[in-house]
Amino acid sequence: MNNGAVLTGEHFLNGDVACAEGALAAGCNFFAGYPITPATEVAERMSRRLPKTGGIYIQMEDEIASMAAILGASWGGAKAMTSTSGPGFSLMMENIGLGMMTETPCVLVNIMRAGPSTGLPTLVGQADVMQARWGSHGDYGVIAISPASVQEMFDLTIEAFNLSEQYRQPVFILSDEVVGHMYEKLVIPPAERIHRIERRKPEKRPDEYVPFMGEEDLVPPMACAGEGYRVHVTGLTHDEMGYPHMFHTTQERLVRRLVDKIRLNADKIIRLESDFMEDAKVVVIAYGCVSRSAREAVERARSKGLKVGMLRLITVWPFPTKKLRELAGRVETFIIPEINYGQVAYEVERCAGDRAEIVQVGIMGGTVHSPEDIYDVIEEFAQ
Amino acid sequence: MSQGVTKLIHKYLRHDKKFPHVWCPGCGNGIVLGALIRAIDRIGLEKDEIVLASGIGCSGRMPVYVDFNTLHTTHGRALTFATGIKLAKPSLTVIAIMGDGDATAIGGNHFIHAARRNLNLTAIIINNQIYGMTGGQSSPTTPYGSYATTAPYGLIEHAFSIAELAVTAGAPFVARGTVYHVETLEDLVKKAILKRGFAVVEVISNCHVQYGRRNNMGDPVTMMKWMRDHAIRVEKASSMSIDDMEGKFTIGVLADVEKPIYTEEYQKIREGAIKGRPTGGPGHG
Repeated sequence: MNNGAVLTGEHFLNGDVACAEGALAAGCNFFAGYPITPATEVAERMSRRLPKTGGIYIQMEDEIASMAAILGASWGGAKAMTSTSGPGFSLMMENIGLGMMTETPCVLVNIMRAGPSTGLPTLVGQADVMQARWGSHGDYGVIAISPASVQEMFDLTIEAFNLSEQYRQPVFILSDEVVGHMYEKLVIPPAERIHRIERRKPEKRPDEYVPFMGEEDLVPPMACAGEGYRVHVTGLTHDEMGYPHMFHTTQERLVRRLVDKIRLNADKIIRLESDFMEDAKVVVIAYGCVSRSAREAVERARSKGLKVGMLRLITVWPFPTKKLRELAGRVETFIIPEINYGQVAYEVERCAGDRAEIVQVGIMGGTVHSPEDIYDVIEEFAQ
Repeated sequence: MSQGVTKLIHKYLRHDKKFPHVWCPGCGNGIVLGALIRAIDRIGLEKDEIVLASGIGCSGRMPVYVDFNTLHTTHGRALTFATGIKLAKPSLTVIAIMGDGDATAIGGNHFIHAARRNLNLTAIIINNQIYGMTGGQSSPTTPYGSYATTAPYGLIEHAFSIAELAVTAGAPFVARGTVYHVETLEDLVKKAILKRGFAVVEVISNCHVQYGRRNNMGDPVTMMKWMRDHAIRVEKASSMSIDDMEGKFTIGVLADVEKPIYTEEYQKIREGAIKGRPTGGPGHG
């Protein structure tokens, strides 16, 4: 790629801009969005950069339209993205469902602020975790990635594109206002060192192609508009040919595959960062901006001889159920600091059952836990 | 059935896959589909080049029957998907088919913004003045005083005139036809597809089942006669008084002007951005 999309070198940027650069490096050539704090910088960066790299930027009339436009663009063969925050994320839920049902690759960036409703537009939150998992009606599998640094905003946006192309569905970047707005060093590698995955194309002739028949990994190859396959794409329950079929048996096959293509590939998708776990009696689980305070607190506790481990969720969804169940057998306490009233904590509780104590350290939004906030809780439970 | 019709059916419809269709006997949607296919055939477009996108409702089911690239999307959103696909692949001919509730209630905002934005898209809106698929609820084009399942005492809201709304919102080509004036309709659809810019065709259609039955027009023939007696050609209307036009509506081309097209404007931005400002470091990018 020599179209100027990859700005190889060292930079000092904020997370939103790094996310936009990650998208461009991943081959994103279409962005539709609507202004919203604290995600606007992603759109602004894309509006400047996309025309130069041969791509398209469009500002739509709202977030419903933005989400719809990126799905349309994806069926036109583009690698497409939008970015938003809580209120826009709520509006996008309708067409997120269509994206899941029609298996349309794209990336949706949510720079989380504090809600509900308008909440604290300029200040941090992490309360959209469950909305990312269950927000649109019906059953489907979800991939959501939570970067914790400017570098990760770049790296993991590429990862998000790769996963969306591989599994053929919308993938979420679930970032937060702190990571989105903080400035850090960003190293962008040479273009040839960026690993890109592209959607699988059908190898069969149009008259033999079955557009919604999953392959071994349950993902169907994708023929886009104008490629000679003339596929029908619908949000209705559809058979493998893509045609509406209003029967519970067809629904059963389709929805099971939509959920299973993530559920059965979860081990390949999940990314965790795990430290000091070998003898840990207490484990702190964190993600996004809070994981930075959590790491500081855990390292301080370790330096004082407390047996505490740190588990950072890089992918928040699919949830690392297997890993948590295994840990729950030998860890006495899980401490979960997050900027909400217990969302990941709720999942940890589901996995651990009554085999470990769950300590939720919630902040309702607007600020991040200090390392001391977390250290004090560790000290209380790890003595 | 004439050989010509059979040939068109075989060429453009998924005739061996998705029929019979879901529409009621006598529904105007089939007439619109026929006009659309004949217009496409007359223009000579390749099936691979065409995208037909729809929203939700009876009109939303049209794409599945035709052998194009077809998208059946969410309620009111057809134009937003059409926008994405057209921008991603401008060589495609993208047509959105919508209903009156679809395009002007839940999708009203998208509709006016698409008109303002001016991509090279065609929007066909079948206006049967009712929500048909859900069983006869009032829509933004249900006439004042009419009855609907959700207006059992008569509707107290006032109707949109879709074509006039499109003109006001800035669409460079706007036409209105009916399913009674079939040849005119085919001609208007053809003009709309060939128009360079956002082109709207409002089609007055009949839902005798959900609208007509509750409003003393319970069969398609009665409704078509109503269209025949109330449609006035634009050319003739211009010489008629306001009083003479009372209760009537115009058919024909309401607007046909030239405006810069989004994709062409964007191409200029691209060329300028590449030439004028070479890719520098972040912050100056």
